[in-house]
Amino acid sequence: MSEQRVAVAKTYKLYVGGAFSRSESGRSYPVTGARGEFLAHAAQASRKDARDAVSAARKAFPGWSGATAYNRGQVLYRVAELMEGRRDQFLAEVSAAEGTNGRRVQSLVDAAIDRWVWYAGWTDKIATVLGSANPVAGPYFCFSVPEPTGVVAILAPQSSSLLGLVSVLAPVLAAGNTAVVVASQDRPLPAVTLAEVLATSDVPGGVVNLLTGRTAELSPWLASHADVNAIDLTGAPAPLRTELERTAAGTVKRVLRAPASEPDWTRTPDITRLRAFVETKTVWHPMGA
Amino acid sequence: MAALSTGTAAGERETPAPRPSPLPPDLADATRDESTLRRFLHGLPGVDAVGLEQRAAALATRSIKKAAKLWAIDTAIGMVDLTTLEGADTPGKVRALAAKARRPDPARPEVPSVAAVCVYPDLVDTAVAELRGTGIGVASVATAFPSGRSGLRVKVADTELAVEAGASEVDMVIDRGAFLSGRYGRVFDEIVTIRRACRGAHLKVILETGELATYDNVRRASWLALLAGADFVKTSTGKVSPAATLPVTHVMLQAVRDWYDRTGTPRGVKPAGGIRTTKDAIRYLVAVHEVAGPRWLSPKLFRFGASSLLNDLLMQRRTQLSGHYSGPDYVAVD
Repeated sequence: MSEQRVAVAKTYKLYVGGAFSRSESGRSYPVTGARGEFLAHAAQASRKDARDAVSAARKAFPGWSGATAYNRGQVLYRVAELMEGRRDQFLAEVSAAEGTNGRRVQSLVDAAIDRWVWYAGWTDKIATVLGSANPVAGPYFCFSVPEPTGVVAILAPQSSSLLGLVSVLAPVLAAGNTAVVVASQDRPLPAVTLAEVLATSDVPGGVVNLLTGRTAELSPWLASHADVNAIDLTGAPAPLRTELERTAAGTVKRVLRAPASEPDWTRTPDITRLRAFVETKTVWHPMGA
Repeated sequence: MAALSTGTAAGERETPAPRPSPLPPDLADATRDESTLRRFLHGLPGVDAVGLEQRAAALATRSIKKAAKLWAIDTAIGMVDLTTLEGADTPGKVRALAAKARRPDPARPEVPSVAAVCVYPDLVDTAVAELRGTGIGVASVATAFPSGRSGLRVKVADTELAVEAGASEVDMVIDRGAFLSGRYGRVFDEIVTIRRACRGAHLKVILETGELATYDNVRRASWLALLAGADFVKTSTGKVSPAATLPVTHVMLQAVRDWYDRTGTPRGVKPAGGIRTTKDAIRYLVAVHEVAGPRWLSPKLFRFGASSLLNDLLMQRRTQLSGHYSGPDYVAVD
């Protein structure tokens, strides 16, 4: 009985509203590794999947944004713990997708987990750093607090399949937003595994919705969707960027513009991405004598 | 059907308008007394539950797109009975609802107004004042809505309160306890009595199908209501789950179609409760067209009892016209 075992080829699904579902369109596409070898099939999301993902994110927003910052931090930290448990799977997938191995891929996965922990620590510090008590000329106590922007569409970086994804997703969540993520088109598998991590973590369903598919097909629908409050264009295809910004302006979205080339995600982050998806609320509170 | 009445105060009130066309002999015979009524209702053919659900599910898969979808959305908007039935309702809320009923989407004045506004009896005068001259009906629930657990005197007084305040439509609930224990004559008399108290206002009879347990009972209750003079049969109060479902609406549509075939008078159907999305509403319209017929695709004969449905219809309408998805920030909160 020395027959060779038949490999189990996987067909991954989308992660929308806390559940793994096939694309409404029924489509999927083959994902190949850095050396061209077949890895798995990924679901190819349609505009209606994007619409459903936005509905799910909108539904999850009051709960997630209303949770205490401390609680959000705990929930996000738990995600990092689960990522640590899946470290070997991430190593294999990032290695296959990006064609790196050895120490380099280990450092990428470690950096991704550390990045998640770093942002988890920020949840209850954002208000202190970005908020302020404002001196005003009158009998008022005037203060400004950052509040989450709402539903954020994220076009994830195309090259860095895990560290890049974590670097754009974690700050959005830490600030209290809910997210619709379009994973890297050609390297979606680490993102799918991250979705599996999120599904088994304490992050409520709908807070993160992960779509795989053609970024060029999905991004115009997200940019024009009136119920999306902000869009991160980091992974947008270069020829579409201007048009996406113009479309997003049609419904007055907050837009985080794409850098000319994909940044070096291994560099120590700052709070730029936290600041990008918060709104400042200023309160004038009358003071008694 | 005074033969069945037991001489209540309301039973002595005069009827302003007799039913326009007399019933054919077999139907008239069914309403002679309690036992003929029972024999008639139990003689109705049983509902094939599996076949019914399968047909309802099959019709629900029909794809309605583009121009047909836009037509369906506008038709559905015109069929909405915009409803607020909360303990916390205020005259201000009813005024806001009336404004929305007149012009559902202020940015697009071509959107049709809804069919009616549906409120509790004590708020009817507010709604009437707001909607005078618009052609939009004012419907009021009555007869100890939603449970129907009260005496006939109270139910008649409840109805009169609504009608005197100017309600053009009355949504009454049947006594489900009496119906389920087989006292059909009592339910029949009650509907007849309320029909008189309506003095010409449209009468919708709420069967509360979620409490009737079987499709056979839904069919019997529909016929009972039609025999007693209901202008509309309505699925639910919206306070009981399950509320309106497609199969139940199919049974009721079959009843009004059969009623039309036998008497020549068209009667309406109103599913209410649980219809929240445009997709749901379009499925109901398909059922109306296929089961009852195109004649029923009119607010005169088909209504949606809903509150949140209207916003979804408006968002879908905007999506169809603008080419991008709309959001709840762009429609009125109610």
